[in-house]
Amino acid sequence: MGQTVIEKIIGNKVGHAVKPGDIVTVPVDWCMVDDIMAPFCIKKFEEMGFTKVWDPDRVVLIYDHFLPATQIDDSRHFREADAFADKYGIKNIHRTDGICHQLMTEAGYVKPGDISFGTDSHTVTYGCVGAFATGIGYTEMAGILGTGELWIKVPESIKVEIEGALPANVTSKDVILSVIGDLTASGATYQTLEFCGSTVDNMSVASRMTMSNMAVEAGAKCGVFAPDEKTCEYCGIPYTEKEEALHADADAVYSRVLHYNAEELVPVVACPSLVDNIKPVSEVAGTKVDQVFLGSCTNGRLEDLQAAAKILKGHTIAPFLKMIVTPASRKVYRAALADGTLEILADAGCVITTPGCGLCCGRGGGILSDNEVVVATNNRNFLGRMGTSKVKIYLASPKTAAMTALTGVITEA
Amino acid sequence: MGKIFKFEKDVDTDQIIASQYLLFPTIDEMKTHTFESLDSEFASTVKPGDFVVADENFGCGSSREQAPSVLKALGVKAVIAKSFARIFYRNSINIGMPVIVSKELHEAVSAGDEMELDLEKGVITANGKEFQCTKLPAKMQEILDQGGLIASLNKEE
Repeated sequence: MGQTVIEKIIGNKVGHAVKPGDIVTVPVDWCMVDDIMAPFCIKKFEEMGFTKVWDPDRVVLIYDHFLPATQIDDSRHFREADAFADKYGIKNIHRTDGICHQLMTEAGYVKPGDISFGTDSHTVTYGCVGAFATGIGYTEMAGILGTGELWIKVPESIKVEIEGALPANVTSKDVILSVIGDLTASGATYQTLEFCGSTVDNMSVASRMTMSNMAVEAGAKCGVFAPDEKTCEYCGIPYTEKEEALHADADAVYSRVLHYNAEELVPVVACPSLVDNIKPVSEVAGTKVDQVFLGSCTNGRLEDLQAAAKILKGHTIAPFLKMIVTPASRKVYRAALADGTLEILADAGCVITTPGCGLCCGRGGGILSDNEVVVATNNRNFLGRMGTSKVKIYLASPKTAAMTALTGVITEA
Repeated sequence: MGKIFKFEKDVDTDQIIASQYLLFPTIDEMKTHTFESLDSEFASTVKPGDFVVADENFGCGSSREQAPSVLKALGVKAVIAKSFARIFYRNSINIGMPVIVSKELHEAVSAGDEMELDLEKGVITANGKEFQCTKLPAKMQEILDQGGLIASLNKEE
């Protein structure tokens, strides 16, 4: 029987063919622990009685949610994680480099075929390079730190096939929002989303990251792309038979297949307060907006900042509106500085912040109040995520966000 | 017997415990803010042995283990939902809190009703009717039986 991408990744690691529903114990290539969860994870690790970390070089600590600290007790998280790293010989620590999910592939950790777990649900992002990656709780992470392995149920896969060229105002963000709208917030629970087709073949790895990142918003365990030459170039490795062998077989079995014709897709937004409440931008156009947020592990990369800059170049944003730009990493920040993107955004009136999670997790600057409206490029519009529970959050692409900032009302790019 | 607190579909982890409370150093400090945006009375009225009954996709969103942990710390005996988001489900078992799938219960009960749960038999009794629960995978039942992952890993060593 043919195999899906995720069945091949897991099968390679456990040394035998697997099928959906199998419970297998997998060896772990990478563990990511973020600053919010570090103190809890460390406490559980100690309660479990471990005396050493199974392989300190496979563990990456990243400070991003609380950086720079905005609450009195935030820095305790950094101190406790630093002390843990010292004690157990963990050298991979990123204290000010950017968002964990950007760094795990950008800084060269996760490669095609790897298995990774992280203490954050958007760990699914690493599926963009053809890896199996998913979020877990801190107790489970503590167990991996001690043992180097985790039991998992091999997931079924939903094939999402997108063919053709996207219209100029439609981005990979609109694609994944449309998919989530069709699947609903629980439509892919316990399953893998496997993305394929000429549209995604032609996408940059950065655009694919946006789609893998949001797979969890449909409940998925991971969102995976088969690795190609572009993936390998991004990962700094040669494209060999090893990567080619991770592509799905023609007779692989899927629980469901979704087909999209790229030409028919339109710019969309996720309306308050559910990620699957998807509407075309044209349906909500004209809604007055108080703030725009461009950033996060979903859409804080160079191409996202460039797309916004292209729209805002030579203009200023609506006078009553605040636009906050948060690059996903220091590398993105520097690249956007070097090519003039940040200058255009600054000239347009944007507030440019340090790389990190920022407003996406309701931290950093930009918290909103009752009845205010924000158009944001991140992944969740849950009640209370960016301030009070009466803030209205619309999720959109960087193009829609920039166009909206220009006019002050939701506007199609 | 315990009282039922009823919730609808797609209850996310931000609604169970909002991210601004995750900086509290202990679960006990967080627990008074449980379900704050949905039911501000919940944390002060729920009693040990009570139940949370929900529709589809309970616990979607972030990986925060603090979500099942605050429910357990408030004494919630079990969460019974039509379905669960996967990370919430795993986290609950790992901390030793029963999460039970029942497709029928949500429609058959109202907030404030009383119910009883026989975990061993997998049977819920409410309003004079019995409801069968879906069984856990063997690996998860084993972890739950041992009181969670910490006890389970300590036993293996």
